Amino acid sequence: MTHEEAVDRYFLEHRAKVLDIAAFLDRLDRCDSVQNDYRIDALRKCVKVLLEENDSRTEKILNILSDHSNDPLDAATEQGASGAPLPE
Amino acid sequence: MTYIDPHIHMVSRTTDDYQRMALAGCVAITEPAFWAGFDRSSPQGFYDYFRQLTDTEPKRAAQYGINHHCWLCINPKEAEDVGFAREVISIIPEFLNHPTVLGIGEIGLDKNSKNELLILEEQLALAEKHDRLVLVHTPHLEDKRKGTMLIMDAVDNTSISPDRVLIDHVEEHTIGLVLERGFWAGMTLYPDTKCTPQRAADIIEMHGTDRLWINSAGDWGPSDPLAVPKCRRELASRGHHADTIHTISYANPLEFLSKSGRFSVT
Repeated sequence: MTHEEAVDRYFLEHRAKVLDIAAFLDRLDRCDSVQNDYRIDALRKCVKVLLEENDSRTEKILNILSDHSNDPLDAATEQGASGAPLPE
Repeated sequence: MTYIDPHIHMVSRTTDDYQRMALAGCVAITEPAFWAGFDRSSPQGFYDYFRQLTDTEPKRAAQYGINHHCWLCINPKEAEDVGFAREVISIIPEFLNHPTVLGIGEIGLDKNSKNELLILEEQLALAEKHDRLVLVHTPHLEDKRKGTMLIMDAVDNTSISPDRVLIDHVEEHTIGLVLERGFWAGMTLYPDTKCTPQRAADIIEMHGTDRLWINSAGDWGPSDPLAVPKCRRELASRGHHADTIHTISYANPLEFLSKSGRFSVT
């Protein structure tokens, strides 16, 4: 697949996705109370990675969104995952 | 072209899905035991679930020309209560000689807790004792990277060869870790979490097809039982050769599953 073919095929889909992210951040700004949230902090770090010039942005973003501790938890007190690691 | 979906939870899907999968070329599936969306109240609930996987689902699949095999275990989400989990594990050997049971799965970790790890180790020992294949669930989202490492270390502490273990739900940050240690890897095609068909195609372009398969992991949540043919179409539309598409969606699952000595597509 050529670069032009890739752009033709995928541009509109990803134009929509970047608008979704922008609208989400705007939506947060319009909320009554402005609060810090570790998930949004992580998302902002991910957005910066998008502007890097390399071919491993996806892996970098997944690593930003990962728990990098090594030891098992003492207990699983809840099921499910939030999508971003809790701050240390 | 025909395909195999090696990880899908048909107990959560309708008969219409079997029909649509058959129309799309599906000839065989394997169904790992998993979390039902709620914690079961007794080991007897698992006994009935294992009967459903070994008796009811193969018959339902056969109506559409799809061959059905399964994997048995207690999933990590219900492994925090060690006593309960051990009662469930004690049921499994009764079903292991059923001709459609391929191995132990999908075992693994969910929140990466000590009890989950203990039950993982005990189920690996069960697979080791009975010389069975292992299908591994890796945790969701932020817990995946850590859990994948803990799981691979646990397998390495057994005599189970990594080429008899498939580690599922890999993404860009875990696939290299899994393949370089000799395991098989599975990419799950989900609309929101895990891999989209497009990202799976990207990963195939970056890592090749060796010891890698794709699956839908269709279940009761946001998922798509036709995700495998959609990924095949994505690959074809990018100009990938038919052999590559056949390898990732048929030949590779057939190769790994055949190590069980029990798998066939007819």
